[in-house]
Formats: sequence, C-alpha cells, structure tokens
Amino acid sequence: MLHYFLKRLGGAIPTLFIIITGSFFMIRLAPGGPFDRERVVPPDIMKNLLKAYHLDEPLWQQFVRYLEGLAHGDLGPSFKYKDFTVAQLIAQGFPTSLTLGTIAMIAALSIGLTLGVWAALRQNSAVDYTAMGTSMLGIAIPNFVIAPMLTLVFGLILGWLPVGGWGHPTNYVLPVVALCLPQIAAISRLTRASMIEVLGSNFVRTARAKGMPERITITRHAIRAALLPVVSYLGPAIAQIITGSVVVEQIFGIPGIGRYFVQSSLNRDYTMVMGVTIFYGALVIFCNLIADLLYGVLDPKVRYD
Amino acid sequence: MADVTLPPGAAGVVEVKGRSLWADARHRFLKNKAAVVGLVVLVLIAIACFGAPYFGLRSQDDINWDMIQAPPDFAQGYYFGTDSNGRDVFVRTLYGGQVSLTVGIVSTLVSLVIGTLYGATAGFIGGRVDGAMMRFVDMLYSIPFIFFVILLTVYFGREIVYMYVAIGAVNWLDMARIVRGQTLSIKRKEYIEAAHASGVSSWRIITRHIIPNCLGPVVVYMTLTVPVVILTESFISFLGMGVQEPQSSWGTLVAEGSGNLEIAPWQVYGPGSVLAITLLALNFVGDGLRDALDPKDR
Amino acid sequence: MKEAIRKLLLPAVAAAGLIAGAFTAQAETVLHRGNGAEPETLDPQKSTGVPEANIQYELFEGLTTYSPDGKVVPGVAEKWEVSDDGLTYTFHLRDSKWSNGDPVTAGDFVYTLRRLVDPATASDYAYIIDDIAGAYDIRNGTQKDLTKLGAEAVDDHTLKITLAHPTPYFLGLLRHASVLPVNEKSIKAHPDDWTKPGNLVSNGAYTLTEWTPQASLTMAKNPNYYGADKVKIDKLIYYPTEDLSEEFKRFRAGELDVTYDTPSDQMKYVEANLKDQFQNSPYLGTYYYVINLTKEPLGKQRDLREALALAIDRETLVDKITQAGELPAYSWVPPGLHGYDQQFVDFKSLDKKARLAKAAALLLKNGYTPLNPLKVDILYNTSENHKKIAVAIQSMWKAIGVQATITNQEWKVYLGTRHDKQYQVARAAWIGDYEDPTTFLTMFLSDAGDQNDAGYNNPDYDKLVKDSAKETDPAKRMKMLEQAEDIFLKDLPIIPIYHYTTKHMISPKLVGWEPNVLDYHLARDMSFKE
Repeated sequence: MLHYFLKRLGGAIPTLFIIITGSFFMIRLAPGGPFDRERVVPPDIMKNLLKAYHLDEPLWQQFVRYLEGLAHGDLGPSFKYKDFTVAQLIAQGFPTSLTLGTIAMIAALSIGLTLGVWAALRQNSAVDYTAMGTSMLGIAIPNFVIAPMLTLVFGLILGWLPVGGWGHPTNYVLPVVALCLPQIAAISRLTRASMIEVLGSNFVRTARAKGMPERITITRHAIRAALLPVVSYLGPAIAQIITGSVVVEQIFGIPGIGRYFVQSSLNRDYTMVMGVTIFYGALVIFCNLIADLLYGVLDPKVRYD
Repeated sequence: MADVTLPPGAAGVVEVKGRSLWADARHRFLKNKAAVVGLVVLVLIAIACFGAPYFGLRSQDDINWDMIQAPPDFAQGYYFGTDSNGRDVFVRTLYGGQVSLTVGIVSTLVSLVIGTLYGATAGFIGGRVDGAMMRFVDMLYSIPFIFFVILLTVYFGREIVYMYVAIGAVNWLDMARIVRGQTLSIKRKEYIEAAHASGVSSWRIITRHIIPNCLGPVVVYMTLTVPVVILTESFISFLGMGVQEPQSSWGTLVAEGSGNLEIAPWQVYGPGSVLAITLLALNFVGDGLRDALDPKDR
Repeated sequence: MKEAIRKLLLPAVAAAGLIAGAFTAQAETVLHRGNGAEPETLDPQKSTGVPEANIQYELFEGLTTYSPDGKVVPGVAEKWEVSDDGLTYTFHLRDSKWSNGDPVTAGDFVYTLRRLVDPATASDYAYIIDDIAGAYDIRNGTQKDLTKLGAEAVDDHTLKITLAHPTPYFLGLLRHASVLPVNEKSIKAHPDDWTKPGNLVSNGAYTLTEWTPQASLTMAKNPNYYGADKVKIDKLIYYPTEDLSEEFKRFRAGELDVTYDTPSDQMKYVEANLKDQFQNSPYLGTYYYVINLTKEPLGKQRDLREALALAIDRETLVDKITQAGELPAYSWVPPGLHGYDQQFVDFKSLDKKARLAKAAALLLKNGYTPLNPLKVDILYNTSENHKKIAVAIQSMWKAIGVQATITNQEWKVYLGTRHDKQYQVARAAWIGDYEDPTTFLTMFLSDAGDQNDAGYNNPDYDKLVKDSAKETDPAKRMKMLEQAEDIFLKDLPIIPIYHYTTKHMISPKLVGWEPNVLDYHLARDMSFKE
C-alpha cells in the first residue's frame, strides 16, 4: 500500500504539470485582460502596466518565467489585489475556508450517514420518506437562497446571530449550516442506496442467518461495505468544501478563498487563477488518492495495481 | 456468458426472460406509491411548462407598469405575483421550466452516459489504464471552469446546445469516480471472474454485468446531479452564456428573487417551490427506480 | 447558604461593574462602514476605484481636500497663489507630520507627483495630471528625466507647480486620490509591503492598524495629524460589502453605521420604514446607452437614434425600475457643476405623447414599418440593475415598433465588445473624476481612442473642447464647453438615461455626513451623538 501511495504521489507531479500548462494557455485565450476597465486606460499607460507585470513578453517566455517562479514557490503578484502576492492571499484565506469546510463536512457526515442508514433500515416507510425528503430540500433549495434566509431569520428577525462579519465564534454558525445542507443531501442519499443494496447481499444474509446480532451486522459489516460510493463522492467533495464557496463568503462576509475561484476568473487576474487552480488541483489529487486508499480498507477485495 | 453456452433454439427463451425482468421491475416500481406519485407530479409539471404557450396565458415578457413587484393577485391572474419589471412570475416560471427541465434531463443524461462508461472502463481494465484515465479526471476537476465556459461562448457562439455540453462535460466526473469505485469492488466478485474465464468480451462484461450492478448508486447520484445541473445553468446564464432575456430558467428566477426575500418573497417562493417540488418528486422516482432495478432486491 | 453565595459573588459583581464603568467612561468611538468591495490596493498612485479612495482619504491628505459639503478647502497647503497667466501655482505648506513623526515637506509632494507619472510605477491614473507641464511626455516615455515634471520644492514649505495650459479646475484635481502624498522613506524601506499595517506611513487623520483582506480594514486616529484634536472618532472599521442586500441587513441589525449603497429593490421598504436614515443626493455620474456610430443603420441615420432616444420614458423608468430618486437625464454632463449651464436634448420640452408620435414619424420617414421593423440589439454586462433597465427599454422600444433583442455578457467580454465596437447599442455609465465638465466631454474627442467607443467624430466639437483648454477666462471657457455639449446632444451618439444619485443608509447617531456630488465623506469631520 505504501508503495502504491508513493507511486501515486510521484504521478501527481506530471498531472499537475499538465494542469498548469493547460490552464496557463487556456486562460490567455479568453477575451479581456486584467487591466481592462470601463474607464479605458490610454494605450501608453496600458503599455506601462503590461510591462510592469511582464505581460508584454511573448507568451512562452511568460510561461517559462512562471515556471521558474513556481519552482521557487513563488506564485507571483495578484493583478487585482496589488498589495498582496497570490501566495499571501491564499495563505491568509485558506485557514478560514479549511476550518469552516471541516466543521461543515463533519456535520454533514454525521447527519448524512445517520439519516441514510436510518432510512435504509426502514426502507419505504414514513421515516424513510421524511428523512430523504428533508435531506433533499437541502440540495433543492440553492445556497444563494438558504443563506439570505438564514441571515434574515436568525440575524435580523430573531437577532440571535450576527448577519455578517468574521472573527467571533457566532460568525461560524450560519455559514456552516448553509455549507453542509447540500452535502447532507448527497451523503444521506448515497448511503441509503448502497446500504439497501448491502443489506440485501449474500454476506449480510449469511451473517443474519448465522445469528449475528443485528446491531453488529450493521455497524461492523453493512455500513463498511455501504460506504464505498460515499467515499468516491467525498474525495472531490472534500477538496471542494475546504476551498470555500463564493456565494457563502460574499453573503456572510467571510475572508475565505472560495471567492478567488470565481472572481479571479472574472477579473482576468491570471496569476490568481493559476494559483487557485494549482492549489485546488493538488488538493483534488490528494483527496482522490486518500479515497482510493480507503477503498482497500473498506473492501478487502479491492486491490491496488 | 450467454452467447457461449446458449443451446440452439434457446434465443426465444432468453428474450422472454429478459422482458419479464423489465416487467418485473415495472411491476415493482408501480407498487411503490411515493415513486408513482413523484412520476405523476413530474409529468404534470412538464406538461404545464411545455404546454404554457397554448394555455392562453400572458407572454413571458409582458410588462405591467402598474404592477411592479406586486404580490400574488388571483383576481388578475398573477398567481406568483410579479417581478421587478412587472412581469408575471407564474408565466415566467412555466417558461423557465422549459429550459431547466431540458437542461436537467439532457445534461444529466450526458453526464450519466459518459460517467458510467468511463468509470466502468477505467475500473474494469485497471492498472495503468485506470491510473491514466483517473488522472485525466483529476485534471478536469481542476481546470478553471469559468474560462472553459467563456471560451465556448467566444469560439462557438451563443448556442444553447453548447451550454448543455458545458454542463454535462463538468458533471460526469463525480459519476465516473463513483462507478469506478463500485467497479473495483464488483470486478473481484465470483460471477465476473467466471464470465471472464469463459471468454466473454470485456465490453460485454462492462455493459451486461458491471454497469447493471452499479445502477443503485448511479440512479441515486443521477437524482443528485439534476439540481446541480439546473443551478449550474443559472450560473452560466449569469456569465452571459446561457439563456438571454426574456427567456429565463428556474435557477435564474430564484437567483433574481433571492435578493428580495424580505420585500418580495413571492419572487423566490413561486419558482423556488416548483423547483423544490420537481426535485423532491424526482428523488422519490429515483429511489423507486433504484429499488425496482436492484438485482438482489427480489 | 444564600448569604454565602451573595458574599462570594458580590466582589465579582462589583469588579465587573467597575470594569464596565471604566470602559464606558473612555469608550472608544468606532465607525463601522460598509465600503462596497475589498480595496485593490492602498497605494494612492496605483488604485482606481471608489472603495480604495474612501480609505485613502482617511489615511492621506493632499494639498487641497474636501469640506463635508464637498468644497475645495486647504489641506496640507495652507494657502496658495496663482500667477496671472494661470500657469504657475505656488503652495505654502503648513507644519504637519507623517504618522512616523517626520515632517511633511514640499519634497514629498514632488516625489509623489513624479511617482505618479513615472512609467515604472505603472499607474492607471498617470494621465490625471496631464495638465502639469511635462507630465504627458514622461508618462508616455518620450521624456525619461523625471525632474522635467513641472513640480518643484522651492523649500520645505513651498511647492511650485507649473502647468502646460491654464486649468481652472486644478485645485479640485489636486484632491484626486491618485495625487495623495506618499512617504518616500517607507516605500524605499518596504518596496512591496509598504501598504501593510505597521509599514504604512500616512499623513492624514488616521493610520492603518489592521487589514484582513476580504473581511475588514481598521484605522485608528493618527496622533501626529495636525488637526488631531478636532478628530472625534477614534477608530474606523471598513468592511467589503459586495452583497448589497446583506449590507442592508447588516445596517438594520446595527452592525454597520453607514452603507456603501442601498439596493434599489428595497426602496419601497426604506421609504416606508427607514426614511429618516436614508440619504439620497445627486452624484456626478450619468447612466446612458452608447450607440456604435460605425455600424449601420444607427450610425448614419441620426433620425433613428433620435427615435430611440424619444421612446425611452425616463420618468417611468426612474420611478418604477431604479426607484432611488435618480434624475431623468436629458443631458450628458450631470447637473451640479458650478458655472456650467446644463445643456439639454431638443425634445426635452415635448410631452410623452408628442415624443412617441415624433419617434413613430421618424421611423416611418426612414422606411421602417411594422412589416419592416428596425432591429436593435442592446448589450449589457451581468447585473440585476442593468438587466431590469434593458428589459424596460426593450418594451418601450417595442411600443414604437422597434424590435429589440437583449444580450448579456460577462464583464470583461462586454468591455472587449464595446471597445472593439462590435456592438450596436450598449449600456454604459460614467462618473466624473473632478468637478468640471471636461471630465465628461473629453472622452468623446475623436482622438480619445477606445474610450470614445461610440466612434463619435465631429471636428466642431473637437475644436471647441480643445480650444477651451487654452481659454483663460473661466466664463468664456464654460460657454465653449456648453456649446460643445449642445453639438454633442444634437448629434446623439449616446442616449442619456439618468443621472446617478448616491444612496446611503446612515445611522441617526452619526453627525457630520453631508451630501456632496463627488460622494466623498471623511470621518475626520464626523462624530457620534450621545
């Protein structure tokens, strides 16, 4: 397993390199540049700006320059937030997104798995329908509706929690709720489906026939096998949730990095786009690797080759 | 397996057996009340949306300057009230449903087909091929989606078809990972190894054995994909690539209304509840399908 | 038992009371202000936007500055003389200090102005001081010697600025955020990080103490500021508030004292419930539709442009759609500029019926009938407000038989389409940089480059605007500019729609926030009521 792990880690470098190359040239094909504004910059000033950021060089030269910087861990300056480098902005925002995302994911996992298993054990009963119906609402109502509803009800009408802002523990509550609802829906529904399948499979029937206590059958064997599709889903889902959400961050005023994924593209902040792309790419590769390793833990039949 | 061991003249038997399998599934689906109700609701909503032009309603771009942001008014036939331009939200919801339902169905099917075949192939072949195929998925996860969308519009023009492609093209990745994960586990099962040993082609094993056995999670994940693609559509429209005024969609209607939750909540409640009801119905249909198709659940 | 608990708790309660008392006695006054967006930079010479300027004005003070009602008042320059030809300004600087204790000298201003035009700084706004002798040649690279800029420190307290041509609005221009003075020593010491808390040296009423990007930016009273004893608010916290409806909620929840803007959809609620806390005042900006004159048929046929302009019912639009007291616009230059008589399109005097009749007649005259309708595409960038306006205008044009389609593009794509003149009609907006009509009129000069995205070219107009720069008599100069705008409005390369207003929610406890057309409000002039 360790051998497999190291091999995959080694394989991450060429993968990342392709991501970097592809993205670097792709984003330059899009119309518009970082310094285009409604108030047009005169051509000579535009020349100065492009020169200051080396955007006047041939594209391949810029690419080489970028790779050189990257080799030294330098992601370059942000074209939009000129007082900061891309690395500084990511380093300042990521802890916030990571904390929020982790709390939201833990909440979503505990609630989602419980609901899913519970619904599966009482398949097609009122409990099942209620649990699945409610959890589905979490994904049916988009977060750009949930979040303003939460601030309206809990921030303004009831006044229990702050509407926005960052720094106090109470600032975490509403964003976590908004972030975890869609995850609960996905996790509980995937769990229910695979749990039902596992409960009907031979090894659970055998275990039951042998007189193994139901609780042990379920917790030791059934859930373990049923987690497989959930784990497949969780790899990219975790990478996504710990890198924040632009909607949630803008509505609650949270200094995370989720907004950079969208804003940097809209602003044509090339270095920032590259920075978050590489960062996210590395996270996705890592999370998917962990997920693949978990397959072997959950189902001994899965082999690494 | 069948084509190797089949005695001459037994083809008809197999066919009958195949039909009874589907009939069996249909029978089990129809026994599931929640699923049937869900299906009826879905059909009714689809009829309402696609039949909207024939119901003698207002047009979706009729502006009533005296009813800007007005609450629901049954006497005047504004069942969901009006939007900030004085347009009938009910009518706009029905027309918007045409876009959202189409995106929901087409893009989900695109992601289903690509994702399932890709994931099953990668998982079944395994080894280097699997590694390469899944690294390709990792790469696609990471590319800046917004640029992908912008480039599509810029180089292919504003065609609604490209929107479906764009949405389908980013949403098959999860599906591929889930199917591959299942495949890794299924392919070690005795019946697959038996089929392998008796010389059944890989393609046949994938389509006849692997994919049917992944259907449970696939159907469920499909129902989870529908809301995602519907909302992705509204984001793409926000980027200026999707639908253009006066056409709208459930996602854009709800997004428009979300800023006015307090003063004009009907702008969200109308399209929002239709969206939610559709997805709930879909959820029960999905569960019903899953149960009906489950090969073990008999 | 009860007694014991009381004895135990009493000292604690008393202590808590004492601490609370101590705090209320010298409670810090804090202003929480919604500031729209995260500042792109705090470097005055590199920034372009309003959120940046709002912060920079608290931190830095220029030669001249703003009174609460927006007048030009002495800043670091106590007094000044202007030569008779209007070309030389001599500023006498007051004794004042940077936040690190160093004196503010004339040399600091020379450094700042040179830094602004130096191509190596790559300032977006380098052109703002093109009126100063030598500035233009330096910023476009033909003059490499920075000392050739017409700014000279006669001594520490005397600064002489030489202009290329008379500039009646020069004192107002000196308040622009991009000419706010910066401290050379701190920039040399931290070339990349001089704007960070701890490094930033400022000469204004406040200093930067904390900055968490995308969350908040905190400034504290600067004890070294020359007017520090008059500054009443101790601490300023500025929040990026990108989501306007959430900003509005935060204001109502008491988390903000001032908002950056107020969502127009909430106007009914504001009118009904918060009228006394809402401040709505004219802003130096115009919202308009620009017409691509290089495209047929609108480019060649003025009649068609007039028909489109006539059909827009600005009053209804402002009343029902934007709802925030905007002024229906019949001119390009907004009202409120001292000494300038507003010019109007000819049809302003017609009533709605007559306008529609005239529009229909113009279309008919040019061969457009219901069977052969005029087809127009409106381009706008993603925004609820732009969309609502486009939808309304589309239906107003439909009423005179014009078949309009609407196209929405993502911001940068939209900018490209506009500047490459690939559009037919596009929504646009312009906010003045300083209080003079030229901030509006120069952008439609035939040699204004991409900024003139209508492709407008009228030699008479060019001549009047350019000649006005050489005119030393302010009244005559204004006349020339008025004539130019009149020509412009007769040609109709744009359709004015409305003049902006500012829409702030302001806490009733806050005193000293006065409306002004440039919409800059400095905390040093504000205080809180008890």
